[in-house]
Amino acid sequence: MARYVGRRLLELVPVAFGVLLVVFIISHLTPADPVLVILGEHASPATVERLRAELRLNDPLPVQFVRYVGGVLHGDLGRSIKQNERVTVQLATRFPATFELTIAAMLIASAVGILTGVVAAARQNSWFDAVSMFAALVGFSMPIFWLGIMLILLFAWYLGWVPISGRLDYTIELTRLTNFYLLDALLTRNWAALGNAARHLILPAVTLSTVPLAIIARMTRSSLLEVLRQDYVRTARAKGLAERIVVMRHALKNAFIPVVTVIGLNVGSLLGGAILTETIFAWPGMGRLVVDAIFARDYPVVQGTVLVIALLFVVVNLLVDLSYAYLDPRIRYG
Amino acid sequence: MGNHAASLARPVEIRIAPGFYADTWRRLRRSPGAMVGLAIVGLFGTLAVLAPLVAPANPITQDLNARLLPPSWGHWLGTDDLGRDLLSRIIYGGRTSLTVGVVSISLALVVGALLGLLAGFYRGWADSVTMRTMDIMLAFPATLLAIFIVGIRGPSLNNAMLAIGVINIPIFARIVRGSVLRVRQEDFVEGARALGASQIRILGRHVLPNALAPIIVQATLGIGSAVLEAAGLSFLGLGAQAPTPEWGTMLTNTREFLRDAPWAATFPGIAILLTVVGFNLLGDGLRDALDPRLRQ
Repeated sequence: MARYVGRRLLELVPVAFGVLLVVFIISHLTPADPVLVILGEHASPATVERLRAELRLNDPLPVQFVRYVGGVLHGDLGRSIKQNERVTVQLATRFPATFELTIAAMLIASAVGILTGVVAAARQNSWFDAVSMFAALVGFSMPIFWLGIMLILLFAWYLGWVPISGRLDYTIELTRLTNFYLLDALLTRNWAALGNAARHLILPAVTLSTVPLAIIARMTRSSLLEVLRQDYVRTARAKGLAERIVVMRHALKNAFIPVVTVIGLNVGSLLGGAILTETIFAWPGMGRLVVDAIFARDYPVVQGTVLVIALLFVVVNLLVDLSYAYLDPRIRYG
Repeated sequence: MGNHAASLARPVEIRIAPGFYADTWRRLRRSPGAMVGLAIVGLFGTLAVLAPLVAPANPITQDLNARLLPPSWGHWLGTDDLGRDLLSRIIYGGRTSLTVGVVSISLALVVGALLGLLAGFYRGWADSVTMRTMDIMLAFPATLLAIFIVGIRGPSLNNAMLAIGVINIPIFARIVRGSVLRVRQEDFVEGARALGASQIRILGRHVLPNALAPIIVQATLGIGSAVLEAAGLSFLGLGAQAPTPEWGTMLTNTREFLRDAPWAATFPGIAILLTVVGFNLLGDGLRDALDPRLRQ
């Protein structure tokens, strides 16, 4: 297993390098001159040239790329043009919000998706199977930014059960240790803040979970149906075991292998979807940061945020591969 | 279908092969889901093409005396915050959304299929370089990459189409490469080569047509997700710009008057959802119809 992990870690290097290269190339496709963005349209040519030399933008692109990679390796993602603050500092304050939202959404999607898929497979061709798979089709096709608006309308405006936006009411005091509000509230035993943060989290998390939930439910169902047709399951049934035990103890573990992959792959769609969800719910995470930076033409922030999210996605995919190898030993020895 | 049924009734007139597309259509017609999908796609497609004839009002003309009117006989789906007729904007919005879907997926299909063909047929370094590049593009969450491209190039509908096209290229490249790798081993390709057919002729006449089935399925599913991506970009203000009617753009400011005019937020979303469901149903049906083995 250790050798397999080592090999997969080594394979990470060229992918991470490729991600850096793509981010660098796309960043240079901007039609606007970044120096003019910083100085404004009316800056004198001499000032423009001086800043250009200072930022070393006259260097050949390969030289700039090497310098960029060197900076990233030293944890330097540049400075925000608008805030004049290090991009890493901005990301550090925004990252916990996105991470908390993504984890909550993934937990909802996995729990509800797997449960729905298992019941649908165990009761194939029943009304539950038909309804849940139709719901999965709708969920898979759902514009989540619209669903978010509809949930706000119903649960925040009409029913008043949950707040409309943000992470915490302004009236609630919370000592911020990690910036993961639920965790901070737990660590400081601030139950009022815990409840308030959870109420703020529920709608964005449900919205964000919709698409992966639908995919996980469909995958769990089809994977379990395939396993249930295998000979060893027939043997288990022939031994007289109850159907519940056949499904839960014999079939489910093997059916989980593709489900785990799907869960991991959907982290990407979650990170992408978080940008839309954070915009609807005014959730102060990395998604909001990148959208605000685009409109402010704050290119270093856009570039840095995209890079961090993409690298995060690469690492998650690696973890999925490793868990895959753990679940199915044939992979690591294959 | 008709010919096939007739051939069963009159054995003397048996046709040996009803044809690939006729056979596919026959199987497709047997799938209720695919037919529902086709009807939805057909409905929105027809409305988009005939928009100037069927839309009850100009989608851009503002009438500040008719702001945020609820659905009524005069305005079937109500009006928005600038007094524009929502039904007309949804009908015209379909033009924009479906155009983005078709153009961006066409771009992805042409570039992706070309790359996949070359990689799969020539193998070697062409294959390695192309597919590693595709892998790296797939290392990005798709929505994020699209937002990044539009963010850097500047918000506009053209840039949104370009971005959605780019993020779909690796998907087509992989599908076509996989099909080519399978097809190039077949005897008929060997035969064509032995007969002295040129590489381009082999690719164009023998390899590509045999890789068409998965391309058709992916293109259908891809248009649905491209409509969704485009609406998402426009919702963020990165795609279609006001006053262009587009489903995502129509949802952008609705939060401000959500309580007073929920219909303004409801109907554009239903249009997006229905269209995407339609393409997904049709895509699933096509997959089953083009490759019946998959259904089992």
